[in-house]
Amino acid sequence: MTRTVAELLEVWEPVIGLEVHVQLATKTKAFSASAVGFGEPPNSLTDPVVLGLPGSLPVFNAAALELALRLGIATGSQIRTRSRFARKHYFYPDQPKGYQISQYDEPLCEHGHVDLILGCAVKRVRLTRIHLEEDAGKNTHVGAVSHVDLNRAGVPLVEVVSEPELTSAEEAAEFMRSLHRLVRWIEISEADMEKGQLRCDANVSIRPRGDHRLGTRTELKNINSFRHVQNAIDHEIARQLRIVSAGGQIERETRLWDAEAGQSASLRSKEEANDYRYFPDPDLPPLVVDSAMMANILRALPELPAARFERYQRMHGISPDDARTLVSDRSFAEYFDAACAAHPGEGSGRTIANWMLTELLGALNAEAKQLSQARMSPGMLSALVGLVENGTISGKIGKEIFAECYATGDPPLAIVLRRGVQQISDEGVLREIVERVVTAHPKQAEGFAAGKDGLFGFFVGAVMKETQGRANPILTSDLLHKRLGR
Amino acid sequence: MTAAFWTVAETARQIATGQITASRLVDATLARIATVDRELGAFLDVDEAGARATAHELDRKRTAGEPLGPLAGVPIALKDNLVTKGIPTTAGSQILVGWIPPYDATVVEKLRAAGAVIVGKTNLDEFGMGSSTERSSFKQTRNPWDASRVPGGSSGGSAAAVAAGLCAASLGTDTGGSIRQPAAFTGVVGLKPTYGRVSRWGVVAFASSLDQVGPLARTVADAALLLEVISGHDPRDATSLAAPVPRYTAALAGGVAGLKVGLPREFFDGHGSGTIDADVRAALDRTIAMLRDQGAELVEVSLPHTPLALAAYYIVAPAEASSNLARYDGVRYGKRAEASDLLDLYRKTRGAGFGPEVKRRIMLGTYALRSGYYDAYYKKAQQVRALIKRDFEQAFTQVDVLLTPTTPTAAFRFGAKATPLDMYLGDIFTLSCNLAGLPGLSVPCGLTSEGLPIGAQLLGKPLDEATLLRVGAVIEREVGLGDRRPGAIA
Repeated sequence: MTRTVAELLEVWEPVIGLEVHVQLATKTKAFSASAVGFGEPPNSLTDPVVLGLPGSLPVFNAAALELALRLGIATGSQIRTRSRFARKHYFYPDQPKGYQISQYDEPLCEHGHVDLILGCAVKRVRLTRIHLEEDAGKNTHVGAVSHVDLNRAGVPLVEVVSEPELTSAEEAAEFMRSLHRLVRWIEISEADMEKGQLRCDANVSIRPRGDHRLGTRTELKNINSFRHVQNAIDHEIARQLRIVSAGGQIERETRLWDAEAGQSASLRSKEEANDYRYFPDPDLPPLVVDSAMMANILRALPELPAARFERYQRMHGISPDDARTLVSDRSFAEYFDAACAAHPGEGSGRTIANWMLTELLGALNAEAKQLSQARMSPGMLSALVGLVENGTISGKIGKEIFAECYATGDPPLAIVLRRGVQQISDEGVLREIVERVVTAHPKQAEGFAAGKDGLFGFFVGAVMKETQGRANPILTSDLLHKRLGR
Repeated sequence: MTAAFWTVAETARQIATGQITASRLVDATLARIATVDRELGAFLDVDEAGARATAHELDRKRTAGEPLGPLAGVPIALKDNLVTKGIPTTAGSQILVGWIPPYDATVVEKLRAAGAVIVGKTNLDEFGMGSSTERSSFKQTRNPWDASRVPGGSSGGSAAAVAAGLCAASLGTDTGGSIRQPAAFTGVVGLKPTYGRVSRWGVVAFASSLDQVGPLARTVADAALLLEVISGHDPRDATSLAAPVPRYTAALAGGVAGLKVGLPREFFDGHGSGTIDADVRAALDRTIAMLRDQGAELVEVSLPHTPLALAAYYIVAPAEASSNLARYDGVRYGKRAEASDLLDLYRKTRGAGFGPEVKRRIMLGTYALRSGYYDAYYKKAQQVRALIKRDFEQAFTQVDVLLTPTTPTAAFRFGAKATPLDMYLGDIFTLSCNLAGLPGLSVPCGLTSEGLPIGAQLLGKPLDEATLLRVGAVIEREVGLGDRRPGAIA
């Protein structure tokens, strides 16, 4: 009898570790002054170092160190004050020196973590290490001919290696999303997956639930979008479950994910695995990080997504869903914080979040615009919320003011004054209007007095019509009740 | 012609004062190379057009009254593992045949800026791996003192060219003695600077942590002048040192009175040193006695880890070489074999492109770096290296400079070193200097009974090339070769 994947997962637990490569957004390459770019003519972004010409030597680009340290500090890693570059040897045409400059037994960062926001909770995933290395070039195969483009060769990368403690493809995808958000948040990479600036290999194994030993793992390579992460890992888990449920054994191997075909194929077995012959690169002195550099980076680091997610709930009573949306992009969080900071009153965070998430983001989404393109500044949103809160305008008018402010970028108060739409909260003025409306509609007044509750809305509508919607609704309601006798 | 044996300084003075034009000197030099080098075999490539163009430009500058550099018009030869823009660079290997570099090594830039005329590229053991230049994949270079003998190596072409008066001076590279040993064999001065003193940018790498460029010249003063020109920090070499460059030429006259000269016991007693030839020993004894007469204090010191140097060297150097030579795959430059697929391309290109000694060292190095063996080999060798370095530091608390023979014997005959190990053992005195990153100078200190040059080696503190040159100048003056020139090939 064949059991479904869902049934098998009751017995078996998937264990996933990710190795994510992130291109660092430096102007020049990791070990030479050659420019970094995308979409340039093949082999135009090269120099003797990138081409691995005889006699060329690498010199480390300090800008890459600064970016890597930002990630190290943002992930709470232990930073090695003296790390080393090592050579990782393998023959392939995209690797011009016959080795990749990487880090091996003395990586820059160890024992950090990435915080995933899963539903209402933050899950902390531990990192084994983060190390610096250089990217390889690209080979393309046209019929029987292979072309090598070394424009990407030598671009600085960090490799982020997680502990094997992700337990589903969804979690793995969320890890990728969280890391993607984090590296953009701290501005070390554009992390554009379509440009290969964020790439992922996954180590997948399964073990009987309750078992603490790791099963034999396979390594999935070439996973280049969030969707592919999930599909590829789900596919691999199912493949492994099928094998073990048929009494087979998982083989240690490297598999290549083919996103179009939706399947993976074996690339090489353990026996064929490279011996990379790592050794410290004698061309490069130890990489030294001093405490002043660390202090500067720490000082300049923005408040991170997970911390903000928790603070928004704690300080402003914002729902986990709204808090998650607010930290989905650093520009959202900063807009929100700026609006809150501009607001005179406390405890308005929820209102501000509501306006921002429903009205502002809604309007921007409708136009496919970014928050940075909004004419309405955080101060204006704050001012608008203030005008509604202090009763200058009604919530309904507020939406109209919002629309004009959004369109023009004019300050909300100026729009209110120009339009003359301040709310009428003067009791004397409203009482006269109520009197006039009730007197003019004796039948309806009688009907309401006789118990026809629905007629109350008729009177409210009539008052709003008289005032072009400016009547304070609460006061109007109070006065109508008094005048109508119930 | 006399100009062939002018010193560097004399040549520059003759040109600067207009006694001879750079063009005439270059013509004479090229003519001499054309005659002599047929038998000597020092050059792999003579850049006649480039040399003439440089000389012509220098003559124009001089006529126009423009400033000339310290090496203006001086014919210089370069070991063919120094990268030269537009001039083929082979490192003595078939695998680089056809490669025309698009850039100059830093040392070449510096020489050109100083006004030097690059006459050509000299023969070497393939990738610098050898001690006789017999491992060149192109040709044999003879010793100008005895055509049946090797000029030493791996900078054999650079040494022979200087000894035979085919250039005023040359540059070589030294990974385990490759400047000093051929200098000793051919009766010239050879200096391996402190590791990091001279930029390695544009030096075809053999063993990155050991390689260093240095001058070969007919006098100590010429070596000092060249060192002054090629030294200095280079932002393109992360291992280059920031220390300012002293006026080495101004440090030559000090003499040795009051200087403490150490004699490392292990280099003389046969422990780990093999047997020193009697003539070499006698020349060293005369040198020691002379230095004492000149007022130096001779002190016996110990470098206890010396016997481990050869073994450590033959782990570190091949390990780094196996890595450095991984780039020669036929994909981007040099020779590419016809092949059916990628693996076949690698196998055939590297199989045909590398000679047997290079393959041997790639295999040694690959073995030493295998996963699981790193600790037992490369790491252990680096630990030995640290001990050797400490030995030297210890010795230099007692003495200013160390004196040893450069080689156990004078130049040997072609084919005399039957096994690789025989060849390796010949470098016993020179390679610990590279392991420790120290400067080393070889100065002629006499001839054997067969009329072959003998070299005295001076080892110094890091960045103390000046003291080496100062002591070297005394050895040169007192027990050097004087006017004796090689007679076998001229």
